Amino acid sequence: MVTLTFPTWMEPYRALATGKMTGDQWQALLRQLIWPVMGIAIFLLLWQLAAQRIDTSLGQFPGPVDVWEQAGSLVDEHQASRAKEVAFHERQEKYIAARLQQQPEWEPVYRDYTGAPTFFDQIGTSLITVMSGFLLASLIAIPLGIVIGLSSTAYAAMNPLIQLFKPVSPLAWLPLVTMVVSAVYVTDDPMVAKSFLTSMFTVSLCCLWPTLMNTSVGVTSVSQDLVNVSKVLRLNALSHVRKIVLPSALPMMFTGLRLSLGIAWMVLIAAEMLAQNPGLGKFVWDEFQNGSSQSLGRIMVAVIVIGLIGFLLDRLMLMLQRALVWDKSSVQR
Amino acid sequence: MKALLELSNVGMKFDTPKGTFEALKDVNLKIDAGEFVSLIGHSGCGKSTVLNIVAGLLQATDGGVILDKQEVTEPGPERAVVFQNHSLLPWLTSFENVELAVKQVFKKTKSKAEIRDWVEHNLELVHMAHAMHKKPDEISGGMKQRVGIARALAMQPQVLLMDEPFGALDALTRAHLQDSLMEIHAQLGTTVIMITHDVDEAVLLSDRIVMMTNGPSATIGEILDVNVPRPRDRLALADDPTFVRCRQQVLQFLYEKQRKVEPLPKRTDAATGAVRKRA
Repeated sequence: MVTLTFPTWMEPYRALATGKMTGDQWQALLRQLIWPVMGIAIFLLLWQLAAQRIDTSLGQFPGPVDVWEQAGSLVDEHQASRAKEVAFHERQEKYIAARLQQQPEWEPVYRDYTGAPTFFDQIGTSLITVMSGFLLASLIAIPLGIVIGLSSTAYAAMNPLIQLFKPVSPLAWLPLVTMVVSAVYVTDDPMVAKSFLTSMFTVSLCCLWPTLMNTSVGVTSVSQDLVNVSKVLRLNALSHVRKIVLPSALPMMFTGLRLSLGIAWMVLIAAEMLAQNPGLGKFVWDEFQNGSSQSLGRIMVAVIVIGLIGFLLDRLMLMLQRALVWDKSSVQR
Repeated sequence: MKALLELSNVGMKFDTPKGTFEALKDVNLKIDAGEFVSLIGHSGCGKSTVLNIVAGLLQATDGGVILDKQEVTEPGPERAVVFQNHSLLPWLTSFENVELAVKQVFKKTKSKAEIRDWVEHNLELVHMAHAMHKKPDEISGGMKQRVGIARALAMQPQVLLMDEPFGALDALTRAHLQDSLMEIHAQLGTTVIMITHDVDEAVLLSDRIVMMTNGPSATIGEILDVNVPRPRDRLALADDPTFVRCRQQVLQFLYEKQRKVEPLPKRTDAATGAVRKRA
């Protein structure tokens, strides 16, 4: 026999379905579902009312319904573009097959489809860029944070630089990064686009600080008792870091990583917008420049999607933190 | 017979902004193999400093410590320490905590299977075999301390150093652990130095009680031999004349000869008001 166990948060719904609700379960249902839905409904109402009163040069500010329509049209455009791409490849196959029949010695040339990237392509580009930038930042920030946390000399040497660069806005880095990437990354057959590198490095530069700071604080705050245990056991430097320091610092490190990923996502949108690098930021900027009556609605769709993705990225880190960190009490919402 | 452990003229001075502070002065002590020695004294008298010097976690500024013909210069597993607050790694299970120590000490001499057996053996010794795959968060304070003792014993130390090992435990748990410790000491014949605040604990467990004077410049005041035959039973000992006399002597030392005079600060009305508010 199979016994189905429900997750605890599903209990109220099961009780609702079976008609056996207790007072506590009503409370839980209100908290989990009813209040959040009410909050969203009130927001949508206020938005609609406010939108009706705002007239811009591009027409009336879009309300929730307009935005919903634009979201639908973005999906349609994406599907249309995919269909075109498939058709293009079919045409190309046919053409090549036909020509090879006439000229067997001909060397066929395959071309990629060059349609404009759709909204969803831009989301994909942004996600890849943000993850690469975040990964690069983590690869730098975690080891550096450990060194700074372990050695007060390294801390004293690095601290002024960290304090200086930490508050720098991505927009200030961007021109420099763009120029450096253009100057240094010169190949005939580029593996990745320059614009991708520019966005990625900008993201890394801006988002490595929280991880760096939190890792170093986590390492510094390893309990003296555990350090003594390590001394009595005569752990060498490497084992000391691996067995004592890293696990101790892991909760703090994850707090830093979550902050970093949040910053990375915000920075990326700004960087793409300013540098005209492919991604969601460019989508927003293009729509703004385009200035059709639908533009504002489409930008609003992007805003909501950006928020949603940022939220999902944070949840992802939270799940990772829950899975990896021993100290469950350190994992907060 | 030559002593296993010898402290000669150990002194400890700390540099403070107000000048040099002499915490310890002329501590001389010889401990034989298999002996159980307690260090007792008021808080702040430097008991922990003595223990940390033997452990190698602190370096004496004068004199030195010789263990088995070798001078102590750094910490090491041959002088395993049981810390007051267990100091287990919270992300490892009891088994893994002990295993970390065993691997570190015996990785060249024991096979994988032998290491596992040795870890299990030591956890059985402290009656923790049933919970060896639990993490420190999931077991009680007394159990954590048992694992801490197992970890120290598993290193097969020449001297087992215990820094108020039962200080943070409730009376019942403490009695249990004291019995365990006596059992282990009888079984293994480990040399033990234990710091304690508890007079009964010192008399019950020790062969000798080293009583320390108050600091600054604390040193050994008296050394008392506890000539009570082993095995000792806490209930039977309550009326044992030797036990009672020893207990009396330690109490006299602590509360008459080395009485700490700490006049309580006079409370003004404002101060009492503040205290009440906080409570």
